[in-house]
Amino acid sequence: MWRWRRTHLGTEADRATFRTLHTASLAAPALREGLTNASAERSLRHLRALLGTPAAALTDTSGVLAWDGLGHHHTAETAQVVADLPEGAPTRITEAHCKDKGCAVRQLVIAPLVVEEVLVGTLVVGAPLATGGLVRAANEVAAWVSGQLELASLDDSRTALMEAEVRALRAQISPHFIYNSLGAIASFVRTDPDRARELLLEFADFTRYSFRSHGDYTTLSEELRSVERYLLLEQARFGDRLKVTLRIAPEVLPVAVPFLCIQPLVENAVRHGLEASADKEDGVGHLSITARDLDQECVIEVEDDGAGEDPERVRRALAGDTSMDSVGLGNVDARLRNAYGDDYGLVVETAPGAGTKVIVRVPKFAPGVQL
Amino acid sequence: MSTDVVPGFVAVVLVTVATLAIGTWGLRFSRTTSDFFVASRSVRPGLNASAIGGEYLSAASFLGVAGLVLTFGADMLWYPVGWTAGYLVLLVLVAAPLRRSGAYTLPDFAEARLGSRGVRAMCSVLVVAIGWLYLLPQFQGAGLTLRAAIGAPAWVGPLVVAAVVLINVGSGGMRSITFVQAFQYWLKLTALLLPACVLLAVWAGDGAPDPTIGAGAGADFWSLPLGEGGGQGLYVTYSLIVATFLGTMGLPHVVVRFYTNPDGRAARRTTLVVLALLGLFYLLPPVYGALGRIYAADLAAAGSDTLVLELPRLMVDGPLGEVLTGLVTAGAFAAFLSTSSGLSIAVAGVLSQDVTGRRYGARRLSGVSAFRAGAVLAVVVPAFVSIAAPDVGVARTVGLAFAVAASTFCPLLLLGIWWRGLTAAGAVAGLLVGGLGSGLAVGWTLVSSDTTGWVAVLLGQPAAWSVPAALAAMVLVSRATRGQVPAHAGRFMVRLHTPEAVQLER
Repeated sequence: MWRWRRTHLGTEADRATFRTLHTASLAAPALREGLTNASAERSLRHLRALLGTPAAALTDTSGVLAWDGLGHHHTAETAQVVADLPEGAPTRITEAHCKDKGCAVRQLVIAPLVVEEVLVGTLVVGAPLATGGLVRAANEVAAWVSGQLELASLDDSRTALMEAEVRALRAQISPHFIYNSLGAIASFVRTDPDRARELLLEFADFTRYSFRSHGDYTTLSEELRSVERYLLLEQARFGDRLKVTLRIAPEVLPVAVPFLCIQPLVENAVRHGLEASADKEDGVGHLSITARDLDQECVIEVEDDGAGEDPERVRRALAGDTSMDSVGLGNVDARLRNAYGDDYGLVVETAPGAGTKVIVRVPKFAPGVQL
Repeated sequence: MSTDVVPGFVAVVLVTVATLAIGTWGLRFSRTTSDFFVASRSVRPGLNASAIGGEYLSAASFLGVAGLVLTFGADMLWYPVGWTAGYLVLLVLVAAPLRRSGAYTLPDFAEARLGSRGVRAMCSVLVVAIGWLYLLPQFQGAGLTLRAAIGAPAWVGPLVVAAVVLINVGSGGMRSITFVQAFQYWLKLTALLLPACVLLAVWAGDGAPDPTIGAGAGADFWSLPLGEGGGQGLYVTYSLIVATFLGTMGLPHVVVRFYTNPDGRAARRTTLVVLALLGLFYLLPPVYGALGRIYAADLAAAGSDTLVLELPRLMVDGPLGEVLTGLVTAGAFAAFLSTSSGLSIAVAGVLSQDVTGRRYGARRLSGVSAFRAGAVLAVVVPAFVSIAAPDVGVARTVGLAFAVAASTFCPLLLLGIWWRGLTAAGAVAGLLVGGLGSGLAVGWTLVSSDTTGWVAVLLGQPAAWSVPAALAAMVLVSRATRGQVPAHAGRFMVRLHTPEAVQLER
């Protein structure tokens, strides 16, 4: 029995490896948040366990973020050494100046943490004597920490990219739309001045909403109001060629949705619906927007009876292929997944000649989502 | 089939068919862009308040109160008073901040406020428990009604209501439309009001006899607010007041309706209108109770829950009596259907999120099938229990549901909204103390038939001790773990208490 268990759990060396990997996995989540006081505080305990030394510290380039173990009085001294560290310096060993004869920290190993070839901080290891083995271990741990921090900066840049895309989307009101709307309004100025004035006000409100700079989320009611303004302006231009049906359950109007998550879908639908309308007998493009209440979530559908699309092309657009003409689709999909998780991506039902239906599901409440 | 059952039968069939038809086809409002500004179509406080009233006024209100007043006298008026005043507490302390929190259900609020999945899971369990406890008397009431109206066995009512609710939920009528629920309120009000007017006219025609000078035991105490209970009566009354005043805010199907309001201000207005609507409605059941003292005194001993259904026939002869009977039967049946569908949907939502929607091995149900599986579970369990244990008073079981809600969600909401220091550990401790305490009382009451003696009284009306105990546990444990106050607590408080019109970084 004893023998069996021994082999079952691996040899002593295997188990040491497992322990090391486990300790590393404990330190990883904190480091993935980047190098801050809080993350250093939480990960350092595990890093010191990996190294097996009396003291360890994490610093950024200006000072000590966290110190774990013995010898807290070396903090100021370490900060001084770190601040003087030149860019591209290798791992170095310094003597710890200490009047306390019993202090276990006599020497400090200072290993640089480098992210994308820039020095972001150091891992400091305090020990009675910096042996070759300890220096090697410190180097390896520092390299691993650097790797985790690199991943953290990757996460950051992904979020930043997402924000940049929303900004781009805001600025993406097509010049054609502005030009055509103003043209359509101009055509009413003499024949129907009242209508021209109303349309101009709608246009002003529409642009104000689209260029709004604050907040990632808005209510469905605000978003739909903007969609209605957009449709009003398009109808002024296309007249009877565009027929729109709205069917909105009033219960879901207060739901918080990502800013500009419906608008791009409607723009696509109008374009596709009208492209095909010329081939049809009555020459009319139909568009329908529905919002339904499904207890804990709300379902919004945007449907047109236009030319439809090859599902493969839609798949590529959703995967973020920017060469496709449905630019908004991938962006909306990514933002929905980012806010609510992968279960809440866009669903597109389409086939050539069969129209297109885009379905958005939004939970009524999600942690972190607020107006 | 004798001619007696015809009006009841017609009423039940009509209400059932109407409910199914509305649930299946829905009220399809089709609008075109000529009808502008969706936002201006958001649900008005008046409509939303009617819908809350429609969902809230259950079998206990429609049948139970009149029966209790008939049997036990004026001290039972605390039930309708408390059920109404619960909204006053909701209005003053909870409605607007809860709406501003953005939470849809009570577990949502717990998660948003405390940032803890553990507290959320506990709240989900409690929502299901309270929902089931509240569904139980609805099904029992349905059994009573069908027995009184068409002489069906007691198990037919629960079965019919369960089936109608399931078909409704399964066929896509997921969340009952606000408009339909609002209609239910006015239907229930009419179904009580019209017969009451006729009966009062009959009573006046008889020379307006005084109901307090009736026959039967305890006649002297009938009109006194504390009855004949002495110390126990006083305790029961206070406990009832605590449970009903504080329990309303913890009812799962009421809270979700507040989400429909566009902002906190609208939430407050809605609550105010609810107060008025409930105040109007609750004037009527005591009228039936008092008239019952004169015209149906023998019902007081033998199952007084059917008083409302029997009284019109006892007081008015001929076709008019039959029509009035049909009307109250329809109202009662509408009460079961609307309340139980609202509750089933609230319970099914939680179940589908946390139980049936989970991954089991490699299988995982999709959203709609998970919801349907949750609905089956939500309806079948209480329906089965109501058939197995059919003889607990309707209003009493509802009182217990209120007691559980008051002992668990009330401390969580009050402290969560008004006290920064609440921690996840404190919330868990309070929910455990309140939930276990009141749960024990519920179990004991459902099993035991003893209703005298202090143990029975303390366990039959637990709110007066379980609510303070839960509050104390929450405060003490939160103080002990004060280091764990969520980092976003301050910011969240600002969001809860600042009107939406104020511009600030939330």
